[in-house]
Amino acid sequence: MSFSLDSFAVRAVIAGIGVALIAGPLGCFVVWRRMAYFGDTLSHAGLVGVALGIILGVDPAIGIVVTGLVIGLLLLGLQQQRSLPTDTLLGILSHAALSIGLLVVSLMDKVRFDLTGYLFGDILAVTTTDLFWIYGGGVLVLGTLAAVWRPLIALTVHPDMAIAEGSGRLPIRLTFMVLMAVTVAIAMKIVGILLVTALLIIPPAAARRYARTPETMAGGTVLIGMAAVIGGIIASFTWDTPSGPSIVAAATVLFVLSLGVGRDTARAR
Amino acid sequence: MSTTPLLDITGACLMRGGRRILDHVDIAVRPREIVTLVGPNGAGKSTLIRAALGLERLDSGTVRRAPNLKIGYQPQKLALDQSLPLSVKRFLTLTQTAPLLRLQQVLTEVGVPHLMEASVHTLSGGEWQRVMLARAVLRQPGLLVVDEPTQNVDIAGAVEIYQIIGRLRDEIGCGVLMVSHDLNVVMAATDHVYCLNSHICCSGHPADVSRDREFQRLFGPSAAATLAIYPHTHDHTHAPDGRVDHVHGPQCDHGHRH
Repeated sequence: MSFSLDSFAVRAVIAGIGVALIAGPLGCFVVWRRMAYFGDTLSHAGLVGVALGIILGVDPAIGIVVTGLVIGLLLLGLQQQRSLPTDTLLGILSHAALSIGLLVVSLMDKVRFDLTGYLFGDILAVTTTDLFWIYGGGVLVLGTLAAVWRPLIALTVHPDMAIAEGSGRLPIRLTFMVLMAVTVAIAMKIVGILLVTALLIIPPAAARRYARTPETMAGGTVLIGMAAVIGGIIASFTWDTPSGPSIVAAATVLFVLSLGVGRDTARAR
Repeated sequence: MSTTPLLDITGACLMRGGRRILDHVDIAVRPREIVTLVGPNGAGKSTLIRAALGLERLDSGTVRRAPNLKIGYQPQKLALDQSLPLSVKRFLTLTQTAPLLRLQQVLTEVGVPHLMEASVHTLSGGEWQRVMLARAVLRQPGLLVVDEPTQNVDIAGAVEIYQIIGRLRDEIGCGVLMVSHDLNVVMAATDHVYCLNSHICCSGHPADVSRDREFQRLFGPSAAATLAIYPHTHDHTHAPDGRVDHVHGPQCDHGHRH
């Protein structure tokens, strides 16, 4: 196997490493800020974005980012009327978006459309253009996170304390909405819409017990994410299984191993 | 006192859900002054603190902070999510960076030098309060704002925490604005007390406030009596190791000048 972008295997691995790099730090925040269900909702809405992208003739990734932002703004709006809890609102948005997406897709029977590929990821279909999307979006997401990392951690630990001491009032929810919409769009090719959240939360969950600071947890998450992605891709090639479930299964194995192996700094004195 | 206040709140009014939380409240904190807010639950103490920090908008009234005032804020006990790993070292540097030596120094000042590498999730109530205090003073603040620094701390620990706050004030030269429930202990370490119950019931030097009729009505005569006789009866505490620590009361006149 020659090392060239012409080889789909090489493209797959490069794409997977890029996705793990992006999903790691962001996934930590998803866990710390309890945004897992929000991530699920954004990714489910992604199917509508894919369909709209195809209908309008633009890259599905753009469609995903746009619908993600629309869903996020809808949620912020719905949260203003306080009679329904957030998880109910998210449940409504998430499943409504998934259903609408599936309906639109089913009506598009004249277009060649690999539904399974979008739902569960298709590593064979990663193109060189996709690599540009992944690494371009990755620079955007990681650059934003790096630029506001310290205040973001402070605001996550105690918003009032951070604001009172001058960390500024970041529009945090909006920032995360954009970052997650971009990440869903990026990761979709590899793990598929239905499993993006799993890639965001399983690696940090596995890394948690070995970390003493937010930074080491983010670093550990990236490593575990990379191992899961590469392991999943190898499994996908070997047994011809869909890449998304293969990667998530690999991540789950690592998570289960993390429960039994090594020190537990969460409890250690 | 003639110095310009670090913090000057005048005519603060705030309504929430039809309830009057703050009613024309005036308070001021001057450099090197320890100001304590006392008052029953729901008196608006925390709201007033939040307004002072710029976290809460007043309906009317003004909050003036000295230009470029650096604030160190010790909030009430944090509800920290277990999913976020945080060592004491990292907690100290949440809103500022500092060299390791300086971190060790502030931890020593609050009496917990051994906790640098500990996870904050494992700290006891008293350790937490000390570590939070260390974090707030690490910034060398001009104004230290402390919201109930002795929650989940036993009485001996509380006395010591107020002593530490007094000592830090002397070292850093900052003003201190503090909310407290420990009437009998806190008064000893305070320059100025505001008794808040939506409005300021009374204010002044602790010894004067304890004799105030309004104060006695709010907290009962026994609390006032505790305060009044405090310097004579409780001027020492017993440390866990059997040491006897003297507590500076408002009426003991040795060893410390302001």
